[in-house]
Amino acid sequence: MKVILRLIAQRIGVSLITLLIVSAVVFFIANLLPGDAAQEMLGQSATPEAVAELREAYGLNDPPPVRYAKWLGGLLTGDAGVSLANDRPVDALIGERLRKSLLLAGFTAVLAVPFAMVLGIVSAMYSGSRIDKAVNIFTLSMVAVPEFLLATILVLIFAVELNWLPSLSYIPRDATAYDYFRAFAMPVVTLCIVLSAQMARLTRAAVVEQLSQPYVEMALLKGATLSRAVLRHALPNAVGPIVNAIALSLSYLLGGVVIVEVIFNYPGVASLMVDAVTNRDMPLLQACAMLFCVGYLILVLIADISAIVANPKLRKGG
Amino acid sequence: MTNHVEVNQLRVDVGPLESPKTIVHDVSFTLKRGEVLALIGESGSGKTTIALSLLGYARPGCRLSSGAVNVGNDNMLALNEKQLADLRGRKVAYVAQSAAAAFNPSRRIMDQVIESALMHGVLNREQAKVKAVDLFKQLALPEPDTIGARYPHEVSGGQLQRLMAAMALICEPELVIFDEPTTALDVTTQVEVLKAFKAAVKAYNTTAVYVSHDLAVVAQMADRILVLQHGKVMENNVTSQILNHAEHPYTRQLLSAVQDSDAFQDNPKHDTVLEVANIEAGYGKILRDGSVEIPVLSDISLKVRQGQTVGIIGESGSGKSTFARVIAGLLPAAKGYMLLNGKELKPAIDERSKAECQHIQMVFQNADTALNPAHKVGDILGRPLTFFHGLTGRARAERVAELLELVKLPADLAHRKCGALSGGQKQRINLARALAAEPTVILCDEVTSALDTVVAAAILELLKELQQKLNIAIVFISHDISTVKSLCDEVVVLYKGKKVEHASGKAFRAGPYHPYTELLVSSVPTLDPLWLDTKPDGHEQPTVRIAQNDALCRFRNRCSVSILGQCDSLPPPEHKLPEDKRILCHKDMAL
Repeated sequence: MKVILRLIAQRIGVSLITLLIVSAVVFFIANLLPGDAAQEMLGQSATPEAVAELREAYGLNDPPPVRYAKWLGGLLTGDAGVSLANDRPVDALIGERLRKSLLLAGFTAVLAVPFAMVLGIVSAMYSGSRIDKAVNIFTLSMVAVPEFLLATILVLIFAVELNWLPSLSYIPRDATAYDYFRAFAMPVVTLCIVLSAQMARLTRAAVVEQLSQPYVEMALLKGATLSRAVLRHALPNAVGPIVNAIALSLSYLLGGVVIVEVIFNYPGVASLMVDAVTNRDMPLLQACAMLFCVGYLILVLIADISAIVANPKLRKGG
Repeated sequence: MTNHVEVNQLRVDVGPLESPKTIVHDVSFTLKRGEVLALIGESGSGKTTIALSLLGYARPGCRLSSGAVNVGNDNMLALNEKQLADLRGRKVAYVAQSAAAAFNPSRRIMDQVIESALMHGVLNREQAKVKAVDLFKQLALPEPDTIGARYPHEVSGGQLQRLMAAMALICEPELVIFDEPTTALDVTTQVEVLKAFKAAVKAYNTTAVYVSHDLAVVAQMADRILVLQHGKVMENNVTSQILNHAEHPYTRQLLSAVQDSDAFQDNPKHDTVLEVANIEAGYGKILRDGSVEIPVLSDISLKVRQGQTVGIIGESGSGKSTFARVIAGLLPAAKGYMLLNGKELKPAIDERSKAECQHIQMVFQNADTALNPAHKVGDILGRPLTFFHGLTGRARAERVAELLELVKLPADLAHRKCGALSGGQKQRINLARALAAEPTVILCDEVTSALDTVVAAAILELLKELQQKLNIAIVFISHDISTVKSLCDEVVVLYKGKKVEHASGKAFRAGPYHPYTELLVSSVPTLDPLWLDTKPDGHEQPTVRIAQNDALCRFRNRCSVSILGQCDSLPPPEHKLPEDKRILCHKDMAL
């Protein structure tokens, strides 16, 4: 147990350093974007004097290192700054969007993870069979199709042709379960298909690798059925790579859903970030980027810890 | 008495159904209850395939195409998967070659040992645990009451192999298949494991099939021996007949590979090419006084002369492979120095010049993993030629052909991929790769241990020839004492990182030995079937790590002649014997 705690402490330390580096990178890259917020806000016809005044007011004239230090200091004290585009605190803006993003991600994860596990494990158990080949063709083609194409096709079929579902994902204030279902059906299905294809492939690879180990043959020769050999013997040893695959896929859910959110006009953090880029709204953009980074690091941390807990050698050895 | 096991006209095929390749050709044999049959042959002889067929199991890609395999009243080839699963582990059990790989690394030993008893409903959990502890005691395992709570990586290889036997015997099966169960073990451990197996088989009146490539081991275990080659039965007879009156030429060839080991010739002495002095090396942090946190080697010195072979011998964990890594510069020594042709040799490989690297070449133990299977032989041999000698194009191709000829392989092999070669061919390529650099010293780390007896003998023959032809120095690292005896001009025996004996080849063969060497020598099985029964019970190898700065004899806990009051209080002195033989021991060997 002590070993695990020490490992977790180490990982958290490394994560904090990573965050610091990322914050610097995010800040300086965001500042490389052409154009500036003052110009963007006042429009084409603004006088140079007005723009200069606004720049002064927002502190945009300070040299970049100074602005970086100010921003970082703010972040550390829990103040992510004020959005340049609409004058509201960034935390508040992100807060309401984050809840919606997490809702979408949560639904998707709950459906996609078990689906991908079953798909991956079954195709590994019967590798080389027709089931395996069918799963392979499905997952490979789904990995290859970009999600905007998939989303557009779904909209064409279910919203335009059949008219079953709304093409925009809108949740009314007094929404019923049915409203939620209608709103979430297409975005969730799109994300599920893309994600579970990846996860299923990685799961299959991890399980197949373990199935070729002598201890699985040994289990069969002890009289274990194939499913027992897979579930009780092979799977615990495949946990490391599988959890990593899940973590990677889910971290994509946080940041990479931009396209899906934009297509279905879903009010999540990703579409907020896209707006921030168009408005040159640096504080908002930087905060979003940092948020995705934190989410990613947390997921990877969870994956690492589960891999360690599942492996007695790492657990005891330290 | 009727037959317990009957195998009739068994044929096993691989490859596609339309054009199968037969790997077992119509093999038949019978066994009575309680008999032990040995299946012996080289790799590829089909011995494991036949053994697995007794469980109704074929490895992926193989098919049990025709024939009958009767165990008791069941024809294993006629049963479906469910019926087979019911028999496996309960009626017929299996002990795999490498226990380290056949135990699930993430589950506790006890759960795995009793699993088959629970699955088949033979015993309940409590009964099974009691039974398992009984078996652990019977198999002479240390701490039988608690060893089951450990994970596989927490026990030694020899213990794991015995635990696997406990796993097989938990349901008291009628038939046990032992698949090369001691091949991966040290000789001293092998003796203990064989004894435990033999006693257990006898106690339960179990019929057993013992698969091995080592005739001497088989001679200890088996009532009958079945000799196989290329999936065909060469000879099937009782053990004494096979050992003393072998009929088939192949059997005689196997026998002679075991017996023939004293064809030694003294090479003339030459100049020292590599001198190693007072080397200390290990792993972990470097401490303030320059030593390492986990020392593996302490105070090792030796000289390697041109055209001569120095043998380094010891069990696993003795530090012999570490020594090769130190010379190669892969693991820089913490203390001591090395001289190559009289000039200082830097400890780390990245501090050495290209020429120095060229002079010291390593031949790794396992050619399967040392050579990239996707690369062509010509590229593998060509790369050091370009790197060290700047050869390209035509000149390079010609030199590759020469090298292939040197290791007695056809020149057209250059265009084949390494993955497509046999084990013996790969080991020759591995050797040729080292020779391509035109080295002064080659380090051979267990180069024959992964090979079959006959193939290994051929590789050793080649090594001797090359040495005479090219006048290179060889550092030959092995756990096989008979090979070292027949090959080396100088022998160093390592025990837990300490040199306990150092002698010229001639003096080494003549004895007397350090007590540890004595144990090694006497642990090598002979063809005498009574050899195992006359062996006294040895000492369990302690798994404790040696204490730091421990100057006392490291072998004292296992030693049969240790002197109370001396060995546990004073560092052992170095005895000098005639012919410059040196032994680190309190006991005066000259007496």
